[in-house]
Amino acid sequence: MMEQALQDKIINTIKLKFEDQVLHTETLYDFLTITLRADKVIGIIRYLYDHPDMKFQYLTTLCGVHYPELQQIAIMYQLHNLYNNMRLRLKIYLPESNPTVPTLTTVFQAANWMERETYDFYGVLFEGHPNLKRILNVDEMIIFPMRKEYPLEDQIRQDKNDSMFGR
Amino acid sequence: MELKETTDQFYQPEEKQYSYLNLGPTHPATHGIFQNVLKMDGEVIVDSTPTIGYIHRAFEKLAERRPFYQVTPITDRLNYCSAPINNIGWHMTVEKLLGVEIPKRVQYLRVIIMELARITDHLICNAVIGVDTGALTGFVYMFQQRELVYEIYEEICGARLTSNIGRIGGFERDFSPKAWEKIDRFLKEFPVVLKEFENLLKRNRIFIDRTVGIGGITAEKALNYSFSGPNLRAAGVDYDVRVALPYSSYQDFDFVIPVGLNGDVYDRFMVRQEEMWQSLSIIRQAIEKLPDGPFHADVPDFYLPPKEEVYNNMEALIYHFKIVMGETDVPKGEVYHAVEGGNGELGFYLISDGGRTPFRLHFRRPCFIFYQAYPEMIKGSMLSDAILTMSSMNVIAGELDA
Repeated sequence: MMEQALQDKIINTIKLKFEDQVLHTETLYDFLTITLRADKVIGIIRYLYDHPDMKFQYLTTLCGVHYPELQQIAIMYQLHNLYNNMRLRLKIYLPESNPTVPTLTTVFQAANWMERETYDFYGVLFEGHPNLKRILNVDEMIIFPMRKEYPLEDQIRQDKNDSMFGR
Repeated sequence: MELKETTDQFYQPEEKQYSYLNLGPTHPATHGIFQNVLKMDGEVIVDSTPTIGYIHRAFEKLAERRPFYQVTPITDRLNYCSAPINNIGWHMTVEKLLGVEIPKRVQYLRVIIMELARITDHLICNAVIGVDTGALTGFVYMFQQRELVYEIYEEICGARLTSNIGRIGGFERDFSPKAWEKIDRFLKEFPVVLKEFENLLKRNRIFIDRTVGIGGITAEKALNYSFSGPNLRAAGVDYDVRVALPYSSYQDFDFVIPVGLNGDVYDRFMVRQEEMWQSLSIIRQAIEKLPDGPFHADVPDFYLPPKEEVYNNMEALIYHFKIVMGETDVPKGEVYHAVEGGNGELGFYLISDGGRTPFRLHFRRPCFIFYQAYPEMIKGSMLSDAILTMSSMNVIAGELDA
């Protein structure tokens, strides 16, 4: 569990320079989560990378989440400061119809495949990405399969009734 | 010189000719399904383009349709060389979401299982490094020992490779006397074999010539590529999830994190070798300190009641039915839990909307993240070194492709 003072320090450091960008902060279990506006997220991550007190220089993971009711796709970035062992999660929300965000590969090379994976499954376009194409699925695929509108199984099957199992 | 100009009109000395070599997808030397299109200048690799996804099984999508307890067999198939770590990592993620207090005995038993799994994982990797440098003997010795660990799993959960070990809340049964006997046997036999294996390779001239300075990566680059696990430690960064964010009572044990210097194949080999010794020490400590108590936590909503009670007790029958049908209530929440897997930080990012299945489950798969540095690591090296680099990174196709 990260101390409250430390959490406040991170939030204040971001707010100092990007006051208008912070939408919401909360602690989810043991993880500080900050929701940001989408437009300057790469700038904020770069700022946290370079800042002498923050030094979030390790990208733990990056992934997409689809919220069909909100018609939004969230991108979650998890950063780690290995010096002080601080962790931070940044979330941004993009419109489902045209999810576009600048690439993080300018800060972390590790973001390359993570962003390709997010593009592959959610169709998020990462502007400036060096090689944005599908990574795990076949190139011919025309859908973005992790979006909630694509069910796992064929819905027109007649021979199988799973209604008893809640699906 | 004049002759050349007249006979070979197309000869251009400054333009180099490259050849392209398709390594994989099913190449016996790559230990899994990886394709690399290598741009070769003779025997030297100039560039490479990896293609992955050959065994993609859509785990993240599958998990969105499965009740929590049914996700465990999916995690088996991520890093199948150390499946119990994945299983227990997933159980701990759900327990974190539910806020379950886990008895000390369960935590210690889990540590024993996870360290055994770490040994099998490292053992395969190091044995295969031996094979790729031309030493098949050690491989056979080590694989006999892996068999002993699989027999221990078998005694505890009934399965061997894809173990599906334990339950949310603990284990399905306490370790039997037979299981303890097998663990004791392993602890007695394995150090001898490990020492012998180490002696075969550690100061072997041929092995050192083949591995030192090959496939190296600097600490800065490794961090920028988000390396974790033995590969990062070989580059000299002492990041280990077991110490950085202790889980399952790892803070109770005394162990050393080995670090390398150059991040080359030899350092990775030695880091894994030392970690196996440390794992053995952790297992011994855990057995020594093992407290008494229940072998599972008190979570009737998730932990199947014993069979006799299901037949004789109404309440147990209801719980059994609810668990099997996946009808238990789960709090809404967003939780990330990381464990030190066989080759790095294995993370589970779980979003629950209170439904019967995860709303979103993302696996942070260490292989997927560090394999993207592979083209850079093999640039300028020989083809045979590229094979060695891949096996020393311990890239597991199941984890890579999810």
